[in-house]
Amino acid sequence: MSILQDANRKQISNRRKVDMTLHILFLIATSIGIIALMALLIQIMMDGLSRLNLELFTNYPSRMAAKAGMKSAIVGSIYMVLIMAPISFILGVGAAIYLEEYAKKSAFTRLIQLNISTLAGVPSIVYGILGLTIFVRGLALERSLLSGALTMTLLVLPIIIVSAQEAIRAVPKARRDASFALGATKWQTVSRSVLPSAISSILTGVILALSRAIGETAPLVMIGALTFVAFLPESIMDQFTVMPIQIFNWVSRPQLAFHELAAAGIIVLLALLIIMNISAVMLRNKYQKNV
Amino acid sequence: MKKWGKQIMLLTLVAALTVVLAACGGKKEDTSANSGNTATENTTNGSTSETASPEKLSGTIDIDGSSTVYPITEAMAEEFGKEHGEVRVSVGTSGTGGGFKRFINGETAISNASRPIKEKEAASAKEKGIEYLELMVAYDGLSIVVNKDNDWVDKITIDELKKIYEPNSKVKTWADVRAGWPNEEIKIYSPDANHGTFDYFTEEINGKAQESRNDKQVTFSADTNAIVQGVAGDKNSIGYFGYSYFEENQDKLKLIPVDNGTATVAPSQDTIKDGSYSPLSRPLLIYVNKKHMEKAEVKSFVEYYLQNVGSIAKEVGYVALPQEKYDEQLSKLK
Repeated sequence: MSILQDANRKQISNRRKVDMTLHILFLIATSIGIIALMALLIQIMMDGLSRLNLELFTNYPSRMAAKAGMKSAIVGSIYMVLIMAPISFILGVGAAIYLEEYAKKSAFTRLIQLNISTLAGVPSIVYGILGLTIFVRGLALERSLLSGALTMTLLVLPIIIVSAQEAIRAVPKARRDASFALGATKWQTVSRSVLPSAISSILTGVILALSRAIGETAPLVMIGALTFVAFLPESIMDQFTVMPIQIFNWVSRPQLAFHELAAAGIIVLLALLIIMNISAVMLRNKYQKNV
Repeated sequence: MKKWGKQIMLLTLVAALTVVLAACGGKKEDTSANSGNTATENTTNGSTSETASPEKLSGTIDIDGSSTVYPITEAMAEEFGKEHGEVRVSVGTSGTGGGFKRFINGETAISNASRPIKEKEAASAKEKGIEYLELMVAYDGLSIVVNKDNDWVDKITIDELKKIYEPNSKVKTWADVRAGWPNEEIKIYSPDANHGTFDYFTEEINGKAQESRNDKQVTFSADTNAIVQGVAGDKNSIGYFGYSYFEENQDKLKLIPVDNGTATVAPSQDTIKDGSYSPLSRPLLIYVNKKHMEKAEVKSFVEYYLQNVGSIAKEVGYVALPQEKYDEQLSKLK
């Protein structure tokens, strides 16, 4: 009996050791990411907080760091998202509905599906080249707000389609069957039964995709969003700049004061991203309670 | 039923697309028609009252090109904007080469350049019927820097620089550069190939633009501040960049005078201006599309630029030309 017990105890304590070691390893894995992020945030806060004032929002870029602001960049970013949001929502959700509800499951749709998933991982600069060729040169939209927004739409479409598809797929089949049993058409089923239960997850996906677009620089640099823009865009054909580009320009200046300004700009950008992500979470929670 | 749903879906997609495209198409014609009108109006105004009280200017001026020249042009655009708020000047930083590509396509009115236009670029501009003016706006001195704790380098010759930076360089340690210097591995920093600075340096030192040493000992950087950091953090490093980056980081770096065979000169406002810091002083230029120059707003911006850049160049870290040079170029405009 006692021999058995001892063997058992040894086994248990061994298991505990393994358990403990893994626990610590996973904790380290988590904390490395968080510590790096915290270090970055603290560094940026220390550099940027002193420059975070009203002038940053109300002034145009300037050669004097003390007077420089990012008004045109903030407005440019917001306009871009406002144009992007409806276009990418309609196209993305439309495509997702088609693929999930209408398209037959054939080799062809599987190929499309594979392509969309791949596109979601294509480096953003590639979308910049695409945008430059199609919108800026091909459709002669030039370096306008619209070109930028359409290029960014291309960039986020795959993400929106994939997340919307998942949301639609998550709607139980019983709901559709019930709707059809009541004599509803396909579209009635989709619009009154499937979409209402999927909309919260779809919106979450869209918001997260849009917040990715706000932080992107590469495609816009490619299509030629500008650095010094001391005016606000008045139409969708006007030239524009966005926050990440303004920040990048400030960081690459020799003067230290501009680096601080860049840090302040990063804080604004981060705040905007956090607000968008929180609203995505809130939206999800709100609808989840209703369903 | 199924068929109908499909078609409706398709229709809405197509409709959405056409609406979007139609909207922008219409807008575009509008704006181009507008700018055309204002431009002709302004030119007629401009020719009748050349030096009269400030005319009401409007329109847009597209500028792109070198990020080195950017701070100067940005400053000029900012000051010009204070007097002519209706003129919308935008400045991009696609790099000298990238800027010329757009310029040659006729997309920009003015192109910033940290090196003169290449023959190839000039040829394709000619092919596309783009005529341009070349204007010198300031000087920059490429500065050779080493670490603060480097106590052996007091000056460097052009040949020694070439030894370090030439393709297939055999220099591994400082001792390979000059006998007597320490036997420590040398860490080399250079701006990357997108920089006009790189073009100019390789042309002057290695004899051919874009030809440079490229091995494990060299770090190419797109961000000049990374070179500053690199050199400031490593005792055995050497690097080069525009004078303004040295000026802002004087406390972290040691500036090396360059021996060009006739004299040993360190870059400074004075030596760059009088041309004695040679051959690493370079002119910063703007290229103006002659067709765009016909527009009053572009013409008056360029005039304003040449009249005022002298006083602003130093403020943004560059060296002004002697006043005669500005006057001479201004008279060329007339």
